[in-house]
Amino acid sequence: MSMPYNQTILKYFLNPKNVGQIENPDATATEGSPACGDMVKLYLKVDPETLVIQDIKFQSYGCASNIATASIITEIAKGKTIEEAKQISWESANRELGGLPPVKIHCAVLAVDALKTAIENYEHTHGLLKEKIPTDESTVTKRLRSVINPVLGKDIISTDLVNGIDISSGTVKVHVKMKEDEQFFANVKDEIIERISPLWDIRKVEVVPNGD
Amino acid sequence: MRRYYFDNIATTRVDDEVLKEMLPYFSEIYAIPSSQFSHQDGILGSDAIEKARERIAACINAEPSEIIFTSGETESNNLAVKGAAYYGKKKRDHLITSPIEPRSVLNSVKKLGKEGFGTSIIKVDGEGFADPDDIKGALTERTSLVSVSYVNHEVGTMQDIERIGTLCAERGVLFHTDASYAFSWFPIDVKKQNISLMTLSADKIHGPKGAGILYKNKNVKIDRLFEGNFNEFYIRPGLENVPAIVGSGKAAELIEKNKENIMKVKPLRDKLIADLLKIDDAVLNGPKDKRVDNNVNVTFYRAEGEAIVLHLDMHGISVITGSACFSESLEPSYVMMALGYTHERAHGSVRFGLSRLSSGVEIEYAAEKARFVVNKLREISPIK
Repeated sequence: MSMPYNQTILKYFLNPKNVGQIENPDATATEGSPACGDMVKLYLKVDPETLVIQDIKFQSYGCASNIATASIITEIAKGKTIEEAKQISWESANRELGGLPPVKIHCAVLAVDALKTAIENYEHTHGLLKEKIPTDESTVTKRLRSVINPVLGKDIISTDLVNGIDISSGTVKVHVKMKEDEQFFANVKDEIIERISPLWDIRKVEVVPNGD
Repeated sequence: MRRYYFDNIATTRVDDEVLKEMLPYFSEIYAIPSSQFSHQDGILGSDAIEKARERIAACINAEPSEIIFTSGETESNNLAVKGAAYYGKKKRDHLITSPIEPRSVLNSVKKLGKEGFGTSIIKVDGEGFADPDDIKGALTERTSLVSVSYVNHEVGTMQDIERIGTLCAERGVLFHTDASYAFSWFPIDVKKQNISLMTLSADKIHGPKGAGILYKNKNVKIDRLFEGNFNEFYIRPGLENVPAIVGSGKAAELIEKNKENIMKVKPLRDKLIADLLKIDDAVLNGPKDKRVDNNVNVTFYRAEGEAIVLHLDMHGISVITGSACFSESLEPSYVMMALGYTHERAHGSVRFGLSRLSSGVEIEYAAEKARFVVNKLREISPIK
């Protein structure tokens, strides 16, 4: 019996590349949450002319698979155009790492999702969307499926934490079944704002607690 | 690289004296003990088993005939819970347990529930304590068994088993306790504590693995789970694992001899807890008082448990975590969930298990490396 992680994974886990923050990033994305035990935040700096990813950094609260995958996808993505970077899949990251234990694949997916979301956010905020579909309730709901209910460790939509969504003239109001002074309200609020505000036609996001 | 073993709650190193006493029973005295009426070789094996029974009985104020040898904690728990439930089911068919029991108890109770038994899983508080009054309140005319561990395996909570035992006795209800994690740390007196059935495991006290014990009060009747020969009072058939049984007896006997070393563990535990809690945003899991001497369980917020454990492993330190990423079910520790802890608290938890072989040097090394690793992981964490 050997370690569940091979030497490549261990190397990236122990000495991850591209760790940290980028000052004034062109886009960021966060996937996961402390409640689900894995969280990764990605920062992008993109050349506006060539759309090449000039710099990419990540921060991780997560297990070895999460850290190693985030490290390797940032290495792969650096120097690629955002179109090329969109093609990076968890399968390719997994191949580069020499194979994660199957039970750990979901940790790899999280890091790849963060890259995809960061690129998507960049496109939203830099007028690069091919089709400018106006934000509706289903767009918001889809994005909220990535915000985790810290108590239950699953997303806030499936755990029925969202009471309603109002969208009008560039403002999204998300009503949540939480009290303002509740332990995790501030945390959930920040995550919702971070998740919704990059949408191209949204200027303001409000998170409304119960009773308001 | 030198290893610093801190997983002594899972299992311990076999004591040299234990190993020495076991060895002849592999290569010299290996005959089947139940053949004592046919050949001399069997008598030697049979004598060794009876000696082990006496040694263990002496540690817990039991009679030798109340000691049944099994393959380990899991089997003893299954045998106690299912055996008692099946035997008494015509008259009583209700079981009570707590949500933080080892899976061998909890899943046995759940399985019996599916088979038609009534089950009550009483709550525990934020430190893991079961309130004896809650147990009292859950007792019915149909209750046959209450099963509550003496000490919790994960957060070290010591239950008031004497009170639970007494209130069970008053109502004619059997009381089973898994005392595997209390053995050698807290006094066990099956008479004074009104224990009907009790699980012990030699591997937790520097004995061999595959060596479980079920204490069964002589007036208590249970069904066997296996069919076979008449060994172990016809409750646990099967050829006796003589070396393991010999090792169990020796390990139990060594408790008294090592009393001084055992007493040294509590101050080491307190030192380790104090050092670890000096790290920012660290909290102790489980109780501060009424905690078993060898259990340290601390959450380091903003750092994930599996990553901490893996880093510590690279420094030669063996520990475990309650994080989902560490478990095969990808669920955070069910014990911590039952204590009402957040997922985040479970994900950042690390359990250090000490033994009488632990030293002050090891404690200092572990605390220093934990600080280093936690800070390193927090540096790369997006949560500030």
